[in-house]
Amino acid sequence: MKCEEVSKELIAYLDRRANSAERREVEEHLLACDSCRMRAAEFRKLWGVLDEVPVEEPSFGFDARLRQRIAAEPKPRWFQWLVPQPRLAFSMALLVALSVWLAKLPQPRNSSLASAPSEDEQFQMIEHLGVLENYDMLTKSDVLAEVPAAPATEPDQQNQDSPDDGGGAR
Amino acid sequence: MTVSATAVRLQLYERESVTYNVEAMTSSDVELMLDVKAGDEASFDLLLRRHRTPLVNFLYRMVRDRATAEDLAQEVFLRVYRARRQYAPSAKFTTWLFRIATNLALNSIRDNRHRQMETSIDAPVDEEDAAPRELPSREMRIDEHMMDRDRCEFIRRAIASLPEKQRVAVLLHKYEEMDYGEIAKILECSESALKSLLFRAYETLRVQLAPLIAQPVQPSAGEGRTS
Repeated sequence: MKCEEVSKELIAYLDRRANSAERREVEEHLLACDSCRMRAAEFRKLWGVLDEVPVEEPSFGFDARLRQRIAAEPKPRWFQWLVPQPRLAFSMALLVALSVWLAKLPQPRNSSLASAPSEDEQFQMIEHLGVLENYDMLTKSDVLAEVPAAPATEPDQQNQDSPDDGGGAR
Repeated sequence: MTVSATAVRLQLYERESVTYNVEAMTSSDVELMLDVKAGDEASFDLLLRRHRTPLVNFLYRMVRDRATAEDLAQEVFLRVYRARRQYAPSAKFTTWLFRIATNLALNSIRDNRHRQMETSIDAPVDEEDAAPRELPSREMRIDEHMMDRDRCEFIRRAIASLPEKQRVAVLLHKYEEMDYGEIAKILECSESALKSLLFRAYETLRVQLAPLIAQPVQPSAGEGRTS
């Protein structure tokens, strides 16, 4: 260990806060180095000199003046429990503003609406409703044959209706 | 019958109050501060009694003016009191306390220096005041200095002449006996940097106070004392 390295650990060695490895290293160096040994001895004396500075007690009115200053502090208001921390209040306000903004955004079509038929499809579906409402036409199977094929989504219903109706008419 | 019952109650009350005080006095600083947070003003008084003397001494050795030191110490306690509701025991109470004190002291020293500079520009120069007050060199005879300054003043001046950070480090290490980790937190530096800082500070003091180190300690002067 060199003198420069010892200088960093010397204070910790002298105030007994160095660990055992550091202590051993410093002791080995001090045995070999006269100048560092002398410096260590002078540091010990210096600490004795520094201890000569007397302790100053606070003045007699110290506590009373502090209590006066504390008493002059503004008291907490009745509504203060509502806003325990400014940061929390700010976060809450931000959350409310974000919710309002999100609510005002245009809503996307949900899946059930997306699968609903378009206007053209609905027009085609109701175009022939008049035929179905006419009882006379329904009782004549020849006329029923003129009805265009039902949409692909209801093939079973169409197949079931045609033979029954035809049978009922006979 | 009524009298004896009252006496018992008083006895019980007294015993309870004594027990409470002893418990509070043995509580750690953090426990007391948590009690203050919960609204217990008596715990704040205990913290005040426990730390006012070391704090005033630390600040006095920093700013070298008693009235300023007491004002600053009161400001430290006031800030602790104001922050009681937000207190969370993340570090030692003394680390927090002396960190506030260090910041206030350094601000005060800088403000004072700034004020003095402003005054010195406007005020006429007094030759006696303008001469820098230097600490005695090693070669000067100790008797000459002890004639007009006592040893304590000599030591105080030597400490005051240290750079700010070194001064804080020495005061917390030597007089408050804080561990390196705590001082490093207050000074916001690493422990390794603190050890170098302390070595440089003590080396400066060793040179400046060499006349006193060489002089045997007076029996009356050595009584009493570190905080």
